[in-house]
Amino acid sequence: MADAAAALVALRGVDKVYSNGVVALKGLDLAVREGEFLSLLGPSGCGKSTVLRLIAGLGDLSAGTIEWSSRRGEIGFVFQDPTLMPWATVFDNIYLPLRVRRIPKREAAARIDRAMAQVGLAGFGGAYPRELSGGMRMRVSIARALVAEPKILLMDEPFAALDEITRFKLNDDLLALWASQRWTVVFVTHSVFESVYLSTRILVMSARPGRVSAEVPIDVPAPREPAFRTSHAYAEECRNVSAKLGAAMQA
Amino acid sequence: MIARVLPPVVMLILGLAAWEIAVRAAHVPVYILPGPVVIAQTLVRDWSTLYPSLVVTVLITLAALTAATVLGVAIAVLFAQSKWIELSFFPYAVILQVTPIVAIAPLIIIWVKDTATALLICAWIVSFFPILSNTTLGLNSTDHNLLNLLQLYGASRRQVFWYLRLPSALPYFLGGLRISGGLALIGAVVAEFVAGSGGIQSGLAYRILESGYQLNIPRMFAALFMITATGVLIFVVLTLVGHLALRRWHESAVKREG
Repeated sequence: MADAAAALVALRGVDKVYSNGVVALKGLDLAVREGEFLSLLGPSGCGKSTVLRLIAGLGDLSAGTIEWSSRRGEIGFVFQDPTLMPWATVFDNIYLPLRVRRIPKREAAARIDRAMAQVGLAGFGGAYPRELSGGMRMRVSIARALVAEPKILLMDEPFAALDEITRFKLNDDLLALWASQRWTVVFVTHSVFESVYLSTRILVMSARPGRVSAEVPIDVPAPREPAFRTSHAYAEECRNVSAKLGAAMQA
Repeated sequence: MIARVLPPVVMLILGLAAWEIAVRAAHVPVYILPGPVVIAQTLVRDWSTLYPSLVVTVLITLAALTAATVLGVAIAVLFAQSKWIELSFFPYAVILQVTPIVAIAPLIIIWVKDTATALLICAWIVSFFPILSNTTLGLNSTDHNLLNLLQLYGASRRQVFWYLRLPSALPYFLGGLRISGGLALIGAVVAEFVAGSGGIQSGLAYRILESGYQLNIPRMFAALFMITATGVLIFVVLTLVGHLALRRWHESAVKREG
């Protein structure tokens, strides 16, 4: 399916059966190419979050292999919830990955400030998570993933709980960051519109058991301006992906 | 602030006044029920005997509370290391908690030569369980996604403990501490009662017993008032400590915006 030579990480024949007997994934083949923005799109229960967790090394495979092209690079993970430490300031929350690596706070400060600036959080270092809006908390979560300078960024429906205005803004900011940093992104979503807007490639997944049922490249070059949202090409792609998703849900 | 303090103070004054008036109007003798004025006078007159007793009881209470905090947290941390340790030893903590202290205090007083130490052990047994139980719950209540995140970053067990589990447990621990503060005082007083005339004959409970034998009811009330005031003070101080520790981040301590 994917060009294996350019794959950063490849899952081959992966099964995942949870201890309660639920078959989350069955014979899944999937390759993530270096530098792409890949979306996993599917109904709930199709195992798309499970794929992310397995790539991140959280949880064991029941069968199959995961192969990294080179050394497993730094991984950034953004959950659906911001998953912040409520007792720590924004600065200390973003410091966490570096703190685990025993990098002194003084050395880390410049990197933390840069990560905060990248996601538009400059000046909020001293705030506590509960003092921030949902969108701002998600920005903290993204900054925390970025501060470790990941090679691959795994995002599990990061904007699903946000209002549409905030989500559009974060979509645009994320695209701009991706365009300038060029990490690889694997983005899990259940929104056709979000996946078409963001991705260079979409894998449509179907449920029970979870597997890839269609692949849709989105050949619209970057930079994608907000105007893309209202363009004819966008509507065309959305219709195409929706049809594939509909077929996946019938299967 | 005034709105929070004024109503209870006014209510207290009204209550005391009603008590005083009722006692006088009905000519209740002081050896049945003294009025607040007589009790206050007794408190001042007998201060030289009551105050040293207060110090004894407060010292035992604070020592027991300190021991309960240190051992309660230490055992909770031990429990948090392994489910097997927790399953094997938690029942004994429960047994200690549910056994009435009045029933085992005589044994402890017989076994332990030094009475002050025996009283301390009794007060500790009563007060350590809430800290142990709450801290154990807190240490096991860390956000699973945060645990996943630290696993992803390759954190050691020690880092997970210091960075995540301990801070998550703080509100739970403080809740347990607030309960234990009052229980330590109750434990100390109960143990003193049991030790009775065979005890060190100096704590506030002993003063109450002694006043009872002598039918000196106003002094009994004065000693009782001192115990209650101490308990309230412990509660207020521990509440304040909890508030200061959590005021920036925990919902329980943050002012709710209208």
